[in-house]
Amino acid sequence: MKAKLLGGVIAAAVLSFNSLASAQTPIRIGEVNSYKAFAAFLEPYKRGMELAVEQVNAAGGVAGRKIEVIARDDNANPGDAVRMAEELVSAEKVDLLAGGFLSHIGVALGDFAKQRKIVYLASEPLTDKIVWQGGNRYTFRLRPSTYMQSAMLVPEAAKLGKKRWAFVYPNYEYGQSAVATFKALLKAAQPGVEFVNDQATPLGKIDAGAVTQALADAKPDAIFNVLFGADLAKFVREGSTRGLFQSTSVVSLLTGEPEYLDPLKDEAPKDWIVTGYPWYAITTPEHKAFLDAYQKKYNDYPRLGSIVGYSTIKAIAAAIAKAGGANTDKLVQAFSGLQFESPLGKATFRAIDHQSTMGAYVGRTAVKDGKGVMVDFAYRDGAAFQPSDAEVKKLRPAD
Amino acid sequence: MSLSGLFVQALNGLAAASTLFLLASGLSLIFGVTRIVNFAHGSFYMLGAYVAWSLTDRLQGAIGFWFSIIAGAAAIGVIGMIVELTIMRRIYRAPELFQLLATFALTLVIKDATLALWGAEDLLGPRAPGLAGAITILDRRVPQYDLALIASGPLVLLALQLLLTRTRWGVLVRAATQDRQMVAALGVNQAVLFTSVFALGAALAGLGGALQLPREPAGLSMDMTAIGDAFVVVVVGGMGSIPGAFVAALLIAEVKALCIALGDWQTPLGFIVAFPKFTLVAEFAVMAIVLILRPWGLMGRPDTTIRPQGSTSSLLTQPGTRQSWFIAGFALLLFAAPLLVEARSYTLVFGIDVLTAVLFAASLHFLMGPGGMHSFGHAAYFGLGAYAAALCAKALNWPMWAALVAAPAGGLIGAILFGWFCVRLSGVYLAMLTLAFSQIVWSVVYQWDGLTGGSNGIVGVWPSSWYSSKAAFYCLAVIVCGGATLLLRRILFAPFGYAMRAARDSVARSEAIGLDVRRIQWIAFSIAGAFAGLAGGLFAFSKGSISPETLGVSRSIDGLVMVLLGGVDTISGPIVGAAVFLFLQDQIARHVEYWRAILGLFILALVLLFPAGIVGTIRAWTLRR
Amino acid sequence: MSLLSIEGLSKSFGGVHAVSNVAFSLAAGEMLAMIGPNGAGKSTCFNMINGQIQPDAGRILLDGEEIVGRPPHEIWRRGVGRTFQVAATFASMTVLENVQLASMSHAGAVRRFWRPMALYPVEQARDLLDQVGMCEQADRPCGDLAYGDVKRVELAIALANDPKLLLMDEPTAGMAPKERIAIMTLTRDLARRRGIGVLFTEHSMDAVFGFSDRLLVLARGRLIAQGTPDEVRNDPAARSAYFGSDRAFEGIRT
Repeated sequence: MKAKLLGGVIAAAVLSFNSLASAQTPIRIGEVNSYKAFAAFLEPYKRGMELAVEQVNAAGGVAGRKIEVIARDDNANPGDAVRMAEELVSAEKVDLLAGGFLSHIGVALGDFAKQRKIVYLASEPLTDKIVWQGGNRYTFRLRPSTYMQSAMLVPEAAKLGKKRWAFVYPNYEYGQSAVATFKALLKAAQPGVEFVNDQATPLGKIDAGAVTQALADAKPDAIFNVLFGADLAKFVREGSTRGLFQSTSVVSLLTGEPEYLDPLKDEAPKDWIVTGYPWYAITTPEHKAFLDAYQKKYNDYPRLGSIVGYSTIKAIAAAIAKAGGANTDKLVQAFSGLQFESPLGKATFRAIDHQSTMGAYVGRTAVKDGKGVMVDFAYRDGAAFQPSDAEVKKLRPAD
Repeated sequence: MSLSGLFVQALNGLAAASTLFLLASGLSLIFGVTRIVNFAHGSFYMLGAYVAWSLTDRLQGAIGFWFSIIAGAAAIGVIGMIVELTIMRRIYRAPELFQLLATFALTLVIKDATLALWGAEDLLGPRAPGLAGAITILDRRVPQYDLALIASGPLVLLALQLLLTRTRWGVLVRAATQDRQMVAALGVNQAVLFTSVFALGAALAGLGGALQLPREPAGLSMDMTAIGDAFVVVVVGGMGSIPGAFVAALLIAEVKALCIALGDWQTPLGFIVAFPKFTLVAEFAVMAIVLILRPWGLMGRPDTTIRPQGSTSSLLTQPGTRQSWFIAGFALLLFAAPLLVEARSYTLVFGIDVLTAVLFAASLHFLMGPGGMHSFGHAAYFGLGAYAAALCAKALNWPMWAALVAAPAGGLIGAILFGWFCVRLSGVYLAMLTLAFSQIVWSVVYQWDGLTGGSNGIVGVWPSSWYSSKAAFYCLAVIVCGGATLLLRRILFAPFGYAMRAARDSVARSEAIGLDVRRIQWIAFSIAGAFAGLAGGLFAFSKGSISPETLGVSRSIDGLVMVLLGGVDTISGPIVGAAVFLFLQDQIARHVEYWRAILGLFILALVLLFPAGIVGTIRAWTLRR
Repeated sequence: MSLLSIEGLSKSFGGVHAVSNVAFSLAAGEMLAMIGPNGAGKSTCFNMINGQIQPDAGRILLDGEEIVGRPPHEIWRRGVGRTFQVAATFASMTVLENVQLASMSHAGAVRRFWRPMALYPVEQARDLLDQVGMCEQADRPCGDLAYGDVKRVELAIALANDPKLLLMDEPTAGMAPKERIAIMTLTRDLARRRGIGVLFTEHSMDAVFGFSDRLLVLARGRLIAQGTPDEVRNDPAARSAYFGSDRAFEGIRT
């Protein structure tokens, strides 16, 4: 009975996968992600990916072949992620790998790619290590890194002219390196700045009341926030009830992304300086085309995850087209310096560290029609927010 | 830090304490009476928040809001009742801790059901009507709702105490908590008592979740963060003691609030101590200290075995000739696998994962089954082994074989150190102390960027060139894992193995025949740690990278699930359990979208079909014939 | 010199004096019974003598050496075997394995990790089982035995270290009268033959008055009478304390 049930489940799944495959052999992209563990980001991500695959194939595919994505859930566990990658490479015979959400899984997959000599495009993981300390010949990264996004906020922060800064961030590498980057760059931009309080909170378990209180007691002029998700929601609600934001400016990473801003509804913070994705107000033609197609297909608005998923496929398609196929060595060469189109505009994979120059929007938050939005925003091209080439070379091991 | 600031921080701590207490009181009640280690308690908490959110979304105004909170709690009580009637009731007589497996499966099902019903996005609830603002205390604004929460904890404590001391039902609950046989002797309808306690416990969890709604959004990770907190509070307070849970909640919440208030401290020695960072493990550090000083928690009483009444451990029988041939044949088949399947195929990759999992599960089984010591933190030794191997290979450039020798040494050293404390405890307290130590190790690894690579871990731990082919590494895994598993088995049949089982079966009798029970358990703990470390070392080389996840809670739980699934009273149980669990997870995750729910349902089906674990039940069938 | 001599032994639990100021001695080869109503402190005395509970005050001398403060396994090494009121054996092992493990512990051979237990000699264990009449059931799991049989196994286990002193807490509970006589006879023979001092508690007055050389009477933690069976039978304090009636011991044949 059980065996039958399992057999049925497998058979059904196999059928559905087979029906996706076309007669000619498509180029296979293996995609590993924590779909169920981070569904809020990755459901829109998957949709973006599917839209891009559909568009690429409708246009006749690339290099004469269609493309196909084989997705695997890694259970938010790097060990499983590597096993799934092995499965994709050895059993599914994929031509290259993509995906990853958590930084440590991205780092693990990058190293796997190096070992197995297969191209891996890390779409979402933000850690600097993917392209610097842990960088290698086969690994490329799409999203602007922690460094880049923090750096994009520093000029705005310096313009505020605030002296006393406090910091609140999730207590792991992402939060720590964002704060370290921000502190270093702000100190350079605004000598004499003071750092008065650091609150490193356990990820997903912030004691928002106590943290808000401690920050307020430090009497900062401004706060740099790296919290996201449920931690952010708790912090925002406590902070506004306790009046923390009344006299304190806030500069905040990622808060303008719909994934994090939308759940706050009418309690979204006002006048924070944030990075994000104001899909409702971007007027560029390339974004308009994406937005229309996305809304038509899904009858829902895109999140940042949609952009990342969509751009991942577009970047891969561009690389395949440039390489004239899916040969790994040719793909590596194609990716280096590859220019590709994304809904956010043209971007390039830097030859020096394989980081794409895809940027982000920096603006201020506001509440409109009972919803958090970004206003006064501008697109910041990722190319402009990088350390010098010499520094990058020092950080990145030779291939 | 001013005195007034400290005072207001203490108020913040009180509000947090109330939340913790509501969460923990239900768990304590359920454990006290039914001896079920209810992993699904966090899921009930999460569901409480979601149900209340849906209700508040539809019902406006103050009455609507408070009705939603109460109705949310009641709904979770009903769910708890259904769970007890349909699942738990059938497995009370199963081997120790087996119910944990069912509740673990429930967490998977509930999580995916919640995702399907409410979607992935966090759902921020409304503020409590009438309590939306803040009151100024000592120049600082304190949310009115926090003050209401501060009152709610003692109120619920009082209500529970009245219920437990002034009603016949309460007297029965207390009697059952102290002595289960007595209740049976009183002729009480045990089934009704258990069902009502389970429902009330679930309702309390639901209430805790619902009351959080004005403070945090309903989200899909609430279950896991809540369950950890709940267990810690219950254990620190003393299992089954409601006032103990209250005191523990206060202690933990205030320690955290104090850490946050203290901020960074410049020590006279020059370095900086960042107290807020300590909140990462504050509760586990408190638990470790409390358990070392008071082995039954603050207000608990001795003797909370999780071994149910009337369970007789079955004999371990020496393999007969037929079985030996079977083992030999099986080993041959394992070795032949690379010839049968394509050399780089996924089968070998999966085989390596199964083999390391088997060794990990076998080492945990060694500790739990014959050793009688339950561990919720066995991944610590697996992870220490993995890190020892990875560091030796990467930082010291040792060859793979040397790193693989360092791996069990890493696990062994950790187990010797922590085991010394753990073997002084028993039952759930021992299990929770292992969890506390593993979380402390985890947090150190997670934070020590310079040595361990912090949350990103260590990459580039690949096998020496000779083993870089999958087939070669697979054969190495067969030799190492197979050999180590057989060695563990060998120890079980040697005099030491008998001494371990003696210490488990009866401490008093063991001591009365001259066995130094603590010493024996310490050695057993260390052996189990060393073998887990070996599995970890192999794991590191098979994955090429490791991260703090290798010593995280979920790996410990996976190990428990494997051991219990196979059957804790059988030697081959962990082997079958590990293989079945990994196979199910791999197959289902690959082909089904809601794979967690399906996996959970499969485990539930296995639990109900094989109430002594897969191997245990099959053996019982064959014996009956 | 007596084998066991106890002076001023006291223990209280949370203000309740379980045992207070108890003193007695026991000679090699002697059968000494300890009687008293439930809660009189008999088991507490036993647990202090074999080291499971630390006394609050008092001395326990075994062969003239102080054993207070020693852990149970060490006291066992000095030649103290015991059986429990609620019989305790290793339920997951066979009868034979139970006794064999005790023998191996006596030989200091339990910390061996390689050679299977089954390959170690079992003659001594079989011999002990033979003595208590459990040879036929040697291969049954201890968890499956009748209660009286578990008591016999316990006795065999307790004898495995060639004890000088045997502490037996209700050795015949759960046995039929005939069995009771048999096991007590066996115990007395062993005591006489090997010079083992036996301290035992019993509720069965047959066993107490039929097999003890001397009796200790405990009530509420105090030793209220001691002497030969005849002396105790005629002791008014013992009579009234034991069953609250001075007819308590009547009709007991010796």
